[in-house]
Amino acid sequence: MTPRLHAAAWWLWALALAVTASRTTNPLLLLPITCVAAFVVAARRSSAPWGRAFGYFVKLGVVIIVIRTLFAVIFAGSSGGDVLWVLPVVPLPGWLSGITLGGSVSTQLVIGAFSAGLQLATILICVGAANSLASPARLLKSVPAALYELGVAVVVAITFAPQLISDLLRLRSVRKLRGRPTRGLHGLVAVTLPVIEGALSRSITLAAAMDARGYGRLGDRSSQLRYLTAGLLLLSLSMSVIGIYGFLDASAPLLLGLPLLVLGLAAGLSAVALGSRGTPRTRYRPDTWEWREWATVLSAMVPAVIVSLYSAWQPLLMSPTWQPLSWMVPPLLTLAAVLVAVLPAWVAPDESANTAKQLPQPALVQA
Amino acid sequence: MINFDNVSITYTDTTTPVLQRTNLTVPEGDLCLVIGATGSGKSTLLKAINGLVPHFTGGTLQGRITVNGRDTATHRPRDLADVVGYVAQDPLSGFVTDSVEEELAYTMESLGVPPSVMRQRVEEVLDLLALSHLRNRAPRTLSGGERQRVAIGSVLTAHPRVIVLDEPTSALDPGAAEEVLAALQRLVHDLGLTIVLAEHRLERVLEFADSMIYLPGSGSPARIGSPEEIMDSSPIAPAVVRLARLAGWSPLPLSVRDARRHAQSLREEIALAPSSAAAGLPLQQERSIDVVDAEVRYGGTTAIAHVNLSASPSEVLAIMGRNGAGKSSLLGALAGARRLSQGSVRIDGVPPQSLRGQQLVRSVGMVPQEPMDLLTYTSVERECAQADNDAGVTHGHTAQLLALFAPEVSAHDHPRDLSEGQRLALALAIVLAGKPRVIVLDEPTRGLDYAMKTRLASHLRVLATAGHTVVLATHDVELVADVATRVVVLAEGLVVADGGVAEIVLASPIFAPQVAKVLAHGGLAEKGIPLTPESVADILVAR
Repeated sequence: MTPRLHAAAWWLWALALAVTASRTTNPLLLLPITCVAAFVVAARRSSAPWGRAFGYFVKLGVVIIVIRTLFAVIFAGSSGGDVLWVLPVVPLPGWLSGITLGGSVSTQLVIGAFSAGLQLATILICVGAANSLASPARLLKSVPAALYELGVAVVVAITFAPQLISDLLRLRSVRKLRGRPTRGLHGLVAVTLPVIEGALSRSITLAAAMDARGYGRLGDRSSQLRYLTAGLLLLSLSMSVIGIYGFLDASAPLLLGLPLLVLGLAAGLSAVALGSRGTPRTRYRPDTWEWREWATVLSAMVPAVIVSLYSAWQPLLMSPTWQPLSWMVPPLLTLAAVLVAVLPAWVAPDESANTAKQLPQPALVQA
Repeated sequence: MINFDNVSITYTDTTTPVLQRTNLTVPEGDLCLVIGATGSGKSTLLKAINGLVPHFTGGTLQGRITVNGRDTATHRPRDLADVVGYVAQDPLSGFVTDSVEEELAYTMESLGVPPSVMRQRVEEVLDLLALSHLRNRAPRTLSGGERQRVAIGSVLTAHPRVIVLDEPTSALDPGAAEEVLAALQRLVHDLGLTIVLAEHRLERVLEFADSMIYLPGSGSPARIGSPEEIMDSSPIAPAVVRLARLAGWSPLPLSVRDARRHAQSLREEIALAPSSAAAGLPLQQERSIDVVDAEVRYGGTTAIAHVNLSASPSEVLAIMGRNGAGKSSLLGALAGARRLSQGSVRIDGVPPQSLRGQQLVRSVGMVPQEPMDLLTYTSVERECAQADNDAGVTHGHTAQLLALFAPEVSAHDHPRDLSEGQRLALALAIVLAGKPRVIVLDEPTRGLDYAMKTRLASHLRVLATAGHTVVLATHDVELVADVATRVVVLAEGLVVADGGVAEIVLASPIFAPQVAKVLAHGGLAEKGIPLTPESVADILVAR
């Protein structure tokens, strides 16, 4: 087995890049972040099926930008700034007050919406990069045995989506055999029910297979301990969610985010420690954490820290209001910091060599 | 090792038990074969051994099942994982990780085997099942036989005492099936494992069995006995046993090798018989299928390439070849569901890709590998009504066809609740509603028992006589010997052989049907060897 980077390192690297993106709406900084992610993926993605995930995430990102910009234009209202054109305002019923259909569209509005869409897309692309570089299933290997239900749910969810899509394609081609329309809303509705039925029954089969192979075997654990673990976990999850929201949303006070996140993590860790007592689980060839992993994670921490500091210090440069309209060139230091995150393209071992050479070897034809 | 003590199993939404008052004991080191018609409870019996029934499926279990002394009522499947390894019907649906090596280690990780022991056992199993060249591959990318071997390996590493397999060879080509069975036999001989397996294709596994369980279905208790005892009276029997019954051989031979010892007098009788049959149909000039230089690609891989093929009305064309040889792609192209990247496919002179709606339904009809894919409604009645609509025929036509194939199916049943064979019958009825000139079937015998296969074969013959062209992709040599008039063999997307059934099928021992192997005298290439017990019967009657 050739060496490979710890899955958690890839995810931390990608999350740090996502944090960087969340701190700025300046396209001149967001685009380099996407490029860095794309470059590293191109250099070091695995040849396994999930390695192609990045492309889908990029497409999804483009869709998000388009939708975000379109919505801003349609629900323009009376935005200030350099007006580009004016759409007729359509009166909406009273219960929709606060939303205006049509209105004056300004350059600032369009650029602002585009930048906000780009920010969301960049965060998504970072997650896509993590997906391409290390499959979620590999990350799951590091999930503690105590989280039985969570582990089953995640494995099932990971296999659910791709199967759903392949089922959908297969059913549509089969529908054509019956001489029915395959496109359009009608065609989609007709295959939806069987597709979901099939995917659900397969999910149950997978969960049964995991169980039959001993997943989630527990030592002697009392039911009180199990309830305590579950309660702690729930508490930790809700605190973490609020914490991450506070941390990632630049407009929320940092004081809300950080302490809750730390508390949530602590609760989660203790739940895991409690739950793992007495479970017999062992690991086969666990990923090791060495200097490559440190270098990867630190390389993305650099832009995360520097961009965060700058966004607190010079919010106008990092999240421009485009008034007056001019190029807002981000500080050279932030650009240089983002470039540091490209380091894993050389530091991480090349995984694509792992499986590419293993082509199927057909036996001799007997006929 | 495995003990069923007065066991009855009833699922929640039914009143009749699947298994009733079953008593049986499987001793350690046995390879025990479970047989029965579809829907007789084979899968239920297998899943009860490791506790998936009732822990995962619901239902009530009465009586007591113990495996290695553990009661399955109080032990969940995960608590039995170190004793019983369970390999499901479709191994792909049970793979959890992304590489063969990790898949092999998965059960051990759950059981808490120390890492150094794990590494050693993974290497042992990689060698034992000849998987070492696949260790870094994703299980999803493997061929059918390789997947089955990985699934077996992944339970084997945990050193269970019992391995339970649900139809391990049904979806495999003859070569891959032999690989899997050879691996299983090695486990029984070398490691003394107890193996319980259910299988429809008795001709493949019967000779390896030490004991057999026969499930008569419909609530009668199961019978357990030696293969000879069970085969003596079982209505489910492979070709070699049917031949032996016909010829009145005793003791009953279970393998080709045993049967050949009895076969001398029968061979002489057949040699004396006038070789009247086997002349084949006169070749018709009319072409219903014309494939010229066809190529189908998915992304970067070529599924079929440079395929030239033609067929006339009344021909039954069997397409054979390894798993992944391109059979399904060729059928898809014939039915107009796959786009060609090169060449052309014509049904009666018209490319099926260009046809829409009723025109397509009347030109070519395909029963896909999974008949359920074709069925999208919630009742048989609606399914049939829709098929009448699609084909533009009078209301009730499809229902009549269905009554012909499977009279027991009720109009209000949900297609999902039907047995495998009944679903196939429904799909076939839907496809035939449009009276297509060409009927295409993709692996129609997967999961069918012998009785259903016989019914299917006679339907196909009737259709061919009526002037339809039938194309079927299959691994089932006995079915090919029974119904086909011509065989095409695909390998790696190319046509490697095309010719008469006897000529192709007898060219290699892997494809040769059992009866031919028994009756061959100086090699399989002899002229006029009968291929099925039925044709032997015909010859004897003709004398």
